[in-house]
Parts: sequence; structure tokens; C-alpha cells
Amino acid sequence: MTTADLLGKILQVVMGLAVFAAIVGLLVFFIDRAPKKGRDYWQLVGFLAPAIILLAIGLIWPAIRTTGLAFLDNSGNFSWDNFIWMFTQPAAIRTLINTVIWVLFVPTLATALGLAYAVFIDKSRGERYYKALVFMPMAISFVGAGIIWRFVYEYRAGEREQIGLLNAIVTGLGGEPVQWLQTDPLNTFLLIVVMIWIQTGFAMVVLSAAIKGIPTEQIEAAQLDGTNAWQRFMNVTVPGIRGSLVVVLTTISIATLKVFDIVRTMTAGNFNTSVVANEMYTQAFRASEVGRGSALAVILFLLVLPIVIYNVNILRKQREIR
Amino acid sequence: MRFGKAGRVVTAVAALGVSALALSACTGDIAANEDVDCTEYEEYGTFDGAEVTIGGTILDLEADRLVESWSDFAQCTGINIEYQGSSEFEAQIAVLAEGGNAPDIGIVPQPGLLARLAEGGWLIPASAEVEANVDEWWSEDWKQYGTYDGTFYAAPLMASIKGYVWYSPTQFEENGWEIPQTLDELTALTEEIAASGEKPWCVGLESGDATGWPATDWIEDWVLRLHGPEVYDQWVTHEIPFNDPRIVEAFDAVGEYIKNDDYVNGGIGDVSTLVTEAFQTAGLPILDGECSLHHQASFYETFWNAEGGDDVVVASDGDVFGFLTPPATAGDPLSVTGGGEFPVAFRDAEEVETVRAFLSSDTWANNRVSLGGVISANTGVDPENASSELLVQSIEILQDPETTFRFDGSDLMPGAVGADSFWRGVVAWVTGQSTQETVDAIESSWPSS
Repeated sequence: MTTADLLGKILQVVMGLAVFAAIVGLLVFFIDRAPKKGRDYWQLVGFLAPAIILLAIGLIWPAIRTTGLAFLDNSGNFSWDNFIWMFTQPAAIRTLINTVIWVLFVPTLATALGLAYAVFIDKSRGERYYKALVFMPMAISFVGAGIIWRFVYEYRAGEREQIGLLNAIVTGLGGEPVQWLQTDPLNTFLLIVVMIWIQTGFAMVVLSAAIKGIPTEQIEAAQLDGTNAWQRFMNVTVPGIRGSLVVVLTTISIATLKVFDIVRTMTAGNFNTSVVANEMYTQAFRASEVGRGSALAVILFLLVLPIVIYNVNILRKQREIR
Repeated sequence: MRFGKAGRVVTAVAALGVSALALSACTGDIAANEDVDCTEYEEYGTFDGAEVTIGGTILDLEADRLVESWSDFAQCTGINIEYQGSSEFEAQIAVLAEGGNAPDIGIVPQPGLLARLAEGGWLIPASAEVEANVDEWWSEDWKQYGTYDGTFYAAPLMASIKGYVWYSPTQFEENGWEIPQTLDELTALTEEIAASGEKPWCVGLESGDATGWPATDWIEDWVLRLHGPEVYDQWVTHEIPFNDPRIVEAFDAVGEYIKNDDYVNGGIGDVSTLVTEAFQTAGLPILDGECSLHHQASFYETFWNAEGGDDVVVASDGDVFGFLTPPATAGDPLSVTGGGEFPVAFRDAEEVETVRAFLSSDTWANNRVSLGGVISANTGVDPENASSELLVQSIEILQDPETTFRFDGSDLMPGAVGADSFWRGVVAWVTGQSTQETVDAIESSWPSS
């Protein structure tokens, strides 16, 4: 890059920002000068329009187009082939099954572990440090986590030195090294462990905050009633944080449905570990089968939709209570 | 008030100027090379302020050499050529093209991808100069790979020969082993090595999300040798199904070697390690004498000295060398599979076509081959310009009119097969799936249109 190019680019950025500021300024100016009659209406339109236009360009139109593409074959004719392929090909069916397994295990286990951890460290000494310890994996990207865990599962044949932690332990105990990532169906669960490792921190932080929000009086009253710790947990704590629990569960579910990076970096979908999002990318971009990719995207969308609706409903109800 | 505003503007401009001065020290404008002989480039004319962007999968050292190969041309013609390499190029190029953001020239490594881009209507057909160059310097086969639906889109760029079997000449000499002349002799040699208690072959199929492709090279080599170029062509164009008995036969012939615990995986482990061993490092145990044979393309030469330098001598009397996978029966004509790239154009402009004409010339091919590490099927290339004995030999094979050359099969098949189900199929096959199940699954993934 030459200096002239660089200056040109800087100038472009400055110009862009200036134009943006000018447009926003003008908009605000005109909204302010809107006729008295129906001013509220004009203001509403003025402030909502940019967001709605961007949403339409960036979300609604692509969603419509993807749905359309899902019903086209490679030469652009209408066909059901993409969906037929998805529900008849053993490999594609396996992808759907794997996604179901992911959604069953990751949210429940991550939330359960996060909750247990939050309860155990609650009001303990050094709580902050314990929290940081579990929360830290959240700071690592999924790709980074995938690479780290691939080393954990790394395999070297019997006589060679093990560089994978897990196999080093196994051989240290006198066992034979295992091809962890190739052993189906164990490998899917080993990938799930990575996701749980990342998401437990999130669950723990949110639930810990919710636990602290439970009035002490309730717990003391339960204590006076002669309940043991487990009864207090089940009858006071859990009902008290129900809203947060649902939010955590649904948020992790959505994250799990679209999991892609972990699978792609660790096995690239080989050995029967592929999931819908990974397959979607592979079909659309590597295999140049845009229709198949779009069909998978549509399925993913349909799977996420009920969870999102449920999540929004719960949030709304919570707000009403408050 | 007014004055104050102007003063602020002046300050801002001054600040910008200072930072520009500071930045210019870092960006380093490329100094023009004084002593370039421009006579060779006169035919391309001169341009004023023309700019051509090129995108491709070529990275690191290879990318530097690529840029160097056209630097004189760029200086003499005044065309500023920007190269941007990305390992995701193949996945992104169609998206970029559809959005109108593709580079002026895309170096596409697969005829299948070229066909798809042409089908999308994004490619500019090659100019008459490019076509004349190709007619002059390349074989009819090669021209065909740059053609889609009767329109010629791009000239080949570089090339590689697949199907080399790398071995240690010293080890062969010590043990009195001969270089096999037929596939049966290759089997006999493998058995002989295995009988001595050593694992004869080293195989590695791991390559990130492209894991499995080295095994497809094996299959393609065996299909071509066992059944000839006609069946090979029918196979890649789907005139015969993927699960044709002849393809099954080729799979099984390869399976004899790579799915056999007694024959693989020298110094690394059992058959299950094939898919976790990176293809870049898989052949290296030959240097430690832990295996004797490694099937990989001519470009594997670069990997013997992984750290750079030339500690490992690649020569017929050195540490390692390669022989071509032999024909099925003695005396059969030489059949090889190989690969190459095609610079396709996305922008219709004179400077773009001028660059493409230059890239298809013998001048460029000689320039690039002299810089080392690669070969070209351009018949105008002087084999002596190649950087090693093996590459000299490879160029001679490519230039020999008697050679039956076929492009890498998976690169010719539709992406759904060639860049997906074939790769995944062989991974499942190597890790235990039966041949019939594998070819059936790949066949059913072949797109209907």
C-alpha cells in the first residue's frame, strides 16, 4: 500500500463519517420542524425508519431469499430435492440427529453445572476468584476453545509419546491410547464437553446474580421452619430464580443450535460429528450447493424460532410481574 | 467565532499531515527498480494509473514468488497489480462474484469452480491474445479445462503432477530394491518391505476441513491406470455412476495398501492414524527409515525441508526422490494426473486482459518456474529453468506429447462431490466403512442438475 492509498482511505473514512453526521443532523432537524399536527407520528417514523430499513436489508430480505433458494436446484428450477436430500441421506439425517443431541445435553448440563457451582460458592470466601475461574472460558473464542480441546484429545499410537492430556492420563494408568475424536458416537459427546466448558461460566454468572436477588427473609423463614439445605434449594432458591433459569436455558439452547466453530475446527464434521450449522456452511460454500445450504438454514431457523418466542414471552411476563 | 472555527480546521489538517508523514514511513512505497529490461514487455504497451487486483489461494512464500514473477512486467507497463491471497478464497469467490466484489482476476484452482462461476455468468471470456497463447503453448486437454460450454475463459497458470511415490534412493540401494515398473511390481515391493517387519507406506490424509483429499488422489491414479483415460473421463463427468464396478475395483486396489495394518502407517501408528496425520508431515518418517514409500504430488518437494533450507537433498542420488506411480502393465503409455490454476477475469478492461495475456505467455511461465518450487504445462518453458531434478522431470513429462494427462478428478467433479462427499467418503472408508457403502453414498450425493 502506498502513502497515497492510505491517505485516500483515511479521507474516505472521514468523509463517510461526515456524511453520516450530516444525514442524521438533517433528519433530526426536519423531525423537529415537522407540522404540529401529527408530530408524534412523524417523530416515530423518523426514529424508527433507519432501524427498520437496516433490519429489512440485513435480516428480513436475506431470510426471504434464503427460503426461496432452499426451493431451487442448482439450475434455478423449483424443486423439493434439497429437503428430500436432507431427510433421506444418511449423512444429512445424522447431522440432524447430532444437532438434537447437542440441544438436549449442552443447555441442561451447562445450566445444571453453572447452578450447582453458583450455589456452592455463594457467599464463600474468595467467591470472586472462583467465579473468574469458571467464567474465563467465556473469553475464549469457540475456534480457540476447539483448538485447545483438540490438543486435549490428541492421539499418538501406542509406542509414541502422548501429547494429548487425556491419552497421557490413559496411558499413564496403563491403558491403551484411544482415538477420541474418531470414536463414534463418543466423539459427539466429547465435542459437547467443549461447549459446556464454555457456557457453564455464563450460566453461573447469571444464576449467581439471581440467587443473590432472593430475599434473605425467605431463606431465613424456611430455615426457621426446619428445612434442610436441599429442601431450601428446591423450594426457595429454584422458584426464586425460575425466570433467570429459563433465560439461561434458552440462550444456551440458541447458541447450541448454531454451533459451528467447534465442530469445524475439531473434526470438520468428519466421523459422524457434523451439525446443522456446520453442514450449512459446507454445503453452501465448499460444495457449491447453495440450495442444500439454504434448506439447512431454513430448518435451523425453524428450530430456533420456538425457543426465541418462548424466551421473549418469559421476559415479557417477568416485566409484568415487576 | 468564525475565525476560531477556521483555526480548528487548520489544526486538524496539520494533524492529519503529520500523521500521514509518520505513516508513510511504515507503508514503504515500493521503490522502482532502475535496471529492468523492458524490451520483453514492449508488446503489452503502457498504461497510465491502471490497477488490477488479483485474488487466489496462493499464500506465504509462494505468494511472494508470484508477485515477484510479474514485478518487472508491472513496472514496464505501468499496471499496478495487487495480489491478495486467502485460504478461504474458494469458498468466498462465488459470493464475492455475486455481490460484484470479486477481484479483477481470480486464480481458480479447480475447473469445477471455473465452470460454476461461468455458469453464474460472472466471468469474462478470454481475449484473442490469451487464446492464441494457449493454442500455441498448451495441449488441447489443458485448453479444455479452461473452457465451459464452448466458451474459453482462462489459460492455465501453473501445474503440478500428482501420483509421485516418494522414496529414499539410499534405502532402495542398500536393500537392492528396484523402482517398480508395473502396479504388480509395486505390490510385490510393498510385500517385500512388509515381510522385513517394516511398514512400507506412510500416509497422511489430515488437511483441516479438506481432510481426505490425499486419498482421492490415490483413487484417481488407480482409476486412470487400471481402466484408462476414457473410463476416467466418463467417471468425472458422471457418464458412468460413481459406484460403477470399475471404480469399486480402483477403491479396493488402493484399499489393499492403505487399509492394511501391515502396510501402513510407518512410524505413526495403525490405519486409524491416516486421518489424523497431517498430509504435510506424513512422508517425513521416510527420513528416519520408518517407512519407505509415500504417495504425494510433485509439490511435496517443498515439505521435505519443513524449516526451509536444503538439509534434505531431493535428488535421484540424494536423501529422497520420487517415481511416478507405475502403469498397470509394463509398456503402457505414461498416464499421470495433475492439477493447475486458472486466472479467470471478473472485470472487462484492457489492463485486465493485458495482465492475463502476460500470465499465459511463455515469458511469465519461465519467470515463475525460475523462481523455484513450481512447474507449468506451458510448452514454452525451458525445463532447465526448474529448481530441481524432479521438477525438470515433471516439466518434461507434462511437455511430452505421448503422456496421457488427466486433471485431478475431484477438481473436475461438481463441488458437492469433489469438494465434499468424496473427501468425507474416503475418510469414512479408511476408518472402516465398506467400499460399496462408500461409493453408494458418494453416488447419491451427486447433484441431479
